[in-house]
Amino acid sequence: MTAIPVVDEPENPLRRPALVEGKNDFASVTDVVAGVAERRTPKGWYLLFGISIALLLNLLAMIGYLVWNGIGVWGNNVPVGWAWPIVNFVFWIGIGHAGTLISAILFLFRQKWRTSINRAAEAMTIFAVMAAGIFPAIHVGRIWVIYWVFPLPNQMQLWPNFKSPLLWDVFAVSTYFVISSLFWFVGMVPDLATFRDRAMKAGRTLAARLYGVFALGWHGSNRHWVHYEKAYLILAALSTPLVLSVHSIVSFDFAVSLLPGWHTTIFPPYFVAGAIFSGFGMVLTLMIPARRWFGLQELITLNHLDNVAKILLLTGTMVGYAYAMEFFIAWYSGVEYEQFAFLNRAFGPYAWAYWIMVTCNVISPQFFWFRKLRRNPAVLFVLSIFVNIGMWFERFVITVTSLHRDFLPSSWGMFSPTLIDVLTYVGSFGLFFTFFLLFCRFLPILAISEIKAVMPQADPHHDHPRTSPGHAGRAHAHH
Amino acid sequence: MTDTAKWVFVAEFDSPGALSRAAEKVRLQGYTRVDAHTPFPVHGLDRTLRQPPSPLGWIVAGCGLAGILLAQSMMWWMNAADYPMHVSGKPPYAWQATIPVTFECMVLLAGVGAVFGMFGLNRLPRLHHPIFRHSTVHRASDDRFFLSIEATDPRFDSDQTARFLESLGGKHVELLED
Repeated sequence: MTAIPVVDEPENPLRRPALVEGKNDFASVTDVVAGVAERRTPKGWYLLFGISIALLLNLLAMIGYLVWNGIGVWGNNVPVGWAWPIVNFVFWIGIGHAGTLISAILFLFRQKWRTSINRAAEAMTIFAVMAAGIFPAIHVGRIWVIYWVFPLPNQMQLWPNFKSPLLWDVFAVSTYFVISSLFWFVGMVPDLATFRDRAMKAGRTLAARLYGVFALGWHGSNRHWVHYEKAYLILAALSTPLVLSVHSIVSFDFAVSLLPGWHTTIFPPYFVAGAIFSGFGMVLTLMIPARRWFGLQELITLNHLDNVAKILLLTGTMVGYAYAMEFFIAWYSGVEYEQFAFLNRAFGPYAWAYWIMVTCNVISPQFFWFRKLRRNPAVLFVLSIFVNIGMWFERFVITVTSLHRDFLPSSWGMFSPTLIDVLTYVGSFGLFFTFFLLFCRFLPILAISEIKAVMPQADPHHDHPRTSPGHAGRAHAHH
Repeated sequence: MTDTAKWVFVAEFDSPGALSRAAEKVRLQGYTRVDAHTPFPVHGLDRTLRQPPSPLGWIVAGCGLAGILLAQSMMWWMNAADYPMHVSGKPPYAWQATIPVTFECMVLLAGVGAVFGMFGLNRLPRLHHPIFRHSTVHRASDDRFFLSIEATDPRFDSDQTARFLESLGGKHVELLED
C-alpha cells in the first residue's frame, strides 16, 4: 500500500508483533471485553467465589479471635517478635508493585503492550495492598487505638515519632493505596461509559444507572480527552517514584535497625526488584487462567506473556544478584556478626527455607531464557506459582533467620507458627480473590479504550496513508 | 462552553481518519465552536480543533507544593515545637528523617489534585449533556466518531451547517436541543 516495503517475517526487527491478534476491529474489542461482564455468570465463577468468601469469613473470624485474645495467639515471641504478620505484609505489598509498574512505568516508557494487562494488574495492586494493610493494623495489638499512628490529637497529648520508618510506612502505604485506586478509577471511566451505553442500549436500566454513576457523565469529548490524557500522564509520572519509594520505605523497616542481616544499604533496590518479581509472578498466576476462561487470547497474546516472562527473568536474576551481594558484603565488611547471620541463614536450622527461596527465585526464572518456555502458558503458570512461593519464603528468611539468633547466644530460639497464623494468612487470599473475582465479573477487566488506541486502525492516516506523507513513516508501513 | 450551548449539530463518522479529515474541513470553513466525541483520544485532533493545552500541570504543581509545605510544617510543629521529641540521637527536627513523609505527602496531594483537577476542568460529574440525545451516540464509546458544532458558533446556520456536515460524509446529522 505504501512506498516502503517491509518484509513480513518475525525476524525483521523493524516489525513489532501485533498487539491485538485475529480479525478484530473496535466493535469486536468492545464486545469481547464487555462480554465478560454481560454473559451469564459461569458456574466455575460461583465455585471460586464460594471458596474465596469462605476464606474471607475465616479471615474475619481469625481477626476477631486475635483482637479478643491479643497477639499471644500467634507464634511471635522473643526472640522472633516479628514473624508471619510482617512476612505476609511485605509479601502482599510486593505483589501490588507489578500493577503500578505496568500501569505507570511501562506507560512512561511507551510500552504499548501494557494496555491489555494494565487494568487487571492495577486491580491486583489495590486488592493486594488491602490484604497487606490488614497485617500491620492487627499486629499493633490494641487495634482500637490504631489512630495513634496518624498525626491526630489523642489522649496522650503526644504526636507520632516522625523519625521512625514504621511511621514512614504508614504514610507510604496509605498514599500508595489512595493513588493506585485513583489511577485505576480514572483509567476505567471511559470504559465504564462504554458499559453504561451498552446497558442502556440493551435495556438493562439498573446496570446502566449504576455504571452511569461511576462513568460520571463521560461522553468522549475531545475537550475532555485533552485534560484526561494530561491527568493520566501526570499520575503515571507520580506513581513511578511512588512505587519505588513504597518498597524502599518497607525495606527501611528492616534496614534502619541495627540487626545483622537487616542493617544493609542494598535493601531498598533489592526489595523493589523482589517486589516487581513477585508481582509479575502473580500477574501470570491470575491472567493465564483468566485469558483462557474469558476467551481473551487475541487480546492477551503469547507475546504479552513472553514479555512478562522476560521481566521475570530480569528481576529474578537481579534478586539472585542481591542474595550473592549480601554474602559478599558480609565477608568483605569483616563484621563477625554479619558473617554469622549469613552463614546461619544458608546453613543453620532454617537452611531449608533459604534453599527453597533460592530455588524458586533464582533458579526457576532461568527457564525463561528459552523462547519456547516463555510462550508456553502451562509452563509459565507453574513457574509463576514457584515465584509466589519463593517470594513469600524470601521475606520469611529475612525476618525470621535474622531474629532467631542475634548477638547473645543465651537468647537464641526457634520460631513456629500457630494454627491462627496459618489460617490468617490463608484468609488473606480469601480477601484478595473475593475482590478480584468481583472485579472480573462486573468491571471492564481490560482497558477497552486504551487497547483501541494502540490498534493500527486508530491511526487517523490508517485508511488514507497518502493524505499526509510526513506521517506515513516506518510505523505505518506494514499495513 | 459546550455545556451552556442551547443547540448542537452532531454528525457520525466511521473511522478516526474520516473524522480527522472532516474536522479539518470544518475548521477551514471557519467554524470555531467544534468538538469531537470519540471512543479513545484521536491523534492530532487537538491541533486540528485548535484545543488549548491543558493547564492541569499547574494545578498539580500547586497541590504538590502544598503537600511539601504541609508535611514540613506538620513534622516541625509536632516533633520540635509542640512536644519536642528527643529520640534516636537526633535533634527534635532532623530534616533527613522528614524526607520520606514529605515525599509521600507531595505525591498524595499532587495525585489527588491531578484527578479532581481533571474532573473539575472537564466539569464532571454531570447528569446530562445534549449529546446524549443523539440517536447513535452510544457508539461514541464503541466504534464510531462524532463531530459536533455548537449553536454559539458565529457561522452556525440551522440549514447550511447540516448540509455541510452531510457533504463531509457525516451520517445521522441531527440537531440536538439541550
